[in-house]
Amino acid sequence: MTEIQEAAPALASNSQRRVVYRHALLTRVTHWINLLCVIVLLMSGLQIFNAHPALYWGQYGADADRPLLEIGANETSSGQLTGFLKIGAATLPTTGVLGASDNADGDVVERGFPRWITLPGFRDLSLGRRWHFFFAWLFVANLLVYYVGGLASGHLRRDLLPSREQLRPKPLLHDIADHLRLRFPRGDAALRYNPLQKLAYLGVIGVLLPVMILTGLTMSPGMDAILPWLVDLFAGRQSARTIHFIAANLIVLFIFIHVAMVLLAGPINEIRSMITGKFAIVPEAKHE
Amino acid sequence: MSSFQIPRRRLLALGAASLGSALLGGCDRLSEAPDFQAFLASAESLTYRSQRLLGGGHSMAREFTAADLSPVFKVNGTRVPEGEDYAALVESNFADWRLRVDGLVVKPLELSLADLHALPQRTQITRHDCVEGWSAIGKWTGVPLAAVLERAALLPAARFVVFHCADMYEHALDGNGQYYESIDLIDAFHPQSILALSLNDAPLTVGHGAPLRLRVERQLGYKQAKYVMRIQLTDRLGDIGRGKGGFWPDRGYEWYAGI
Repeated sequence: MTEIQEAAPALASNSQRRVVYRHALLTRVTHWINLLCVIVLLMSGLQIFNAHPALYWGQYGADADRPLLEIGANETSSGQLTGFLKIGAATLPTTGVLGASDNADGDVVERGFPRWITLPGFRDLSLGRRWHFFFAWLFVANLLVYYVGGLASGHLRRDLLPSREQLRPKPLLHDIADHLRLRFPRGDAALRYNPLQKLAYLGVIGVLLPVMILTGLTMSPGMDAILPWLVDLFAGRQSARTIHFIAANLIVLFIFIHVAMVLLAGPINEIRSMITGKFAIVPEAKHE
Repeated sequence: MSSFQIPRRRLLALGAASLGSALLGGCDRLSEAPDFQAFLASAESLTYRSQRLLGGGHSMAREFTAADLSPVFKVNGTRVPEGEDYAALVESNFADWRLRVDGLVVKPLELSLADLHALPQRTQITRHDCVEGWSAIGKWTGVPLAAVLERAALLPAARFVVFHCADMYEHALDGNGQYYESIDLIDAFHPQSILALSLNDAPLTVGHGAPLRLRVERQLGYKQAKYVMRIQLTDRLGDIGRGKGGFWPDRGYEWYAGI
């Protein structure tokens, strides 16, 4: 139990510190399986995206149609490749990262996303699809287990649904101010998720992840025949592909914020609680 | 408690480390291992069986209106099949072209373009989805595949319909570079599975697969074989090409391309 003292050396001497069982086994197991799935899906998804690095809106979209977003490369008169990212009318130079980047031999080649972020690293659409669809099945199964378990145990309602009190403007503003000052709850208050945290988790679990699955299914011609409303829900297959990409970016944004919060709130205690379930409560220094 | 925790901690550290190294490069080696590829590919049969269970023979691909047509329908894959044989067919406007239907059928057929035009026709405005990610909407007219298969009359052992094409897509060392594709009988007898003779009210151009291409509307673009020369009914795919049921399936892509 030495990590607890490492986690909060200044306050440990009060010996008011308690260890509580915070995360149920189901939450912990599904969290880490989900992390594995999301990373594989993001990286293999970029491999698939690289096969046609342009996004459209509507039912159709191909070379002759105007994209919303496009990643590509131009060749300069001296034969050098320069990468670009085009969003609407704006064009950004992105050589080295987007459009043109190194291959395994160190030569600059035309490539949507760079090899260090795609799965596999070398260009292979068929393998990217193999990875993507295998882990998509695992991801969906894992999420279903989490939903069913979370509803049955009351975890979703008890831990994630914000209370009416939490959603009132004053506590919300207070919570936003606390986040901006990087002040984190101590003592028993740390046991409950704060409103922004609840909204972020619910937004990912209840909105972004289902949107990823549904837009993914909308790209499947077989599923479009089985569930025609999917195509209408997302205003076309190419719109669904665009939404799939945007939602994936929002998930990446969430991961960055989530990891930053874990690091700021006490990474050892937080990560251990998601592995063993045990979370150390550090008493509040003083009441506000 | 601590005697229990240490090995577990070590295990977790090991797990985290192996995950990290796997993600930082090991994945490429994993991707290249045939056993691992086969493991990942197991998801394909899950997808196939799920979509068959949910949609089976009945679910229809969306049919659009003329207002939804793509201004330009992209030509992809082979643009012009190589070789004098195909060039001669184009030269004669496919007058001597014949579609052979053989294999596990009661009555093998040889059909000219005129024969195909004399059969019932179906027109459908559908979305073509390339495995690369783009889509195009086109208006296809042609003979329902079922009408041709009914005339040939399948033997009970027939399980797959194989489409042999005129285009050599790759000069492969093992001689298996000829384009071909195959579908199961559920897709073969689906009302929207047609042997298309025209795109957007004009006879198929060479780029789009003249004189005949397959449309299997609930699957991806690489299943829509162009330049169809011969339709073979078979009970197995293992002895055709490299044995995976199609040019792209032989090269790692899913045989069932409903996703």
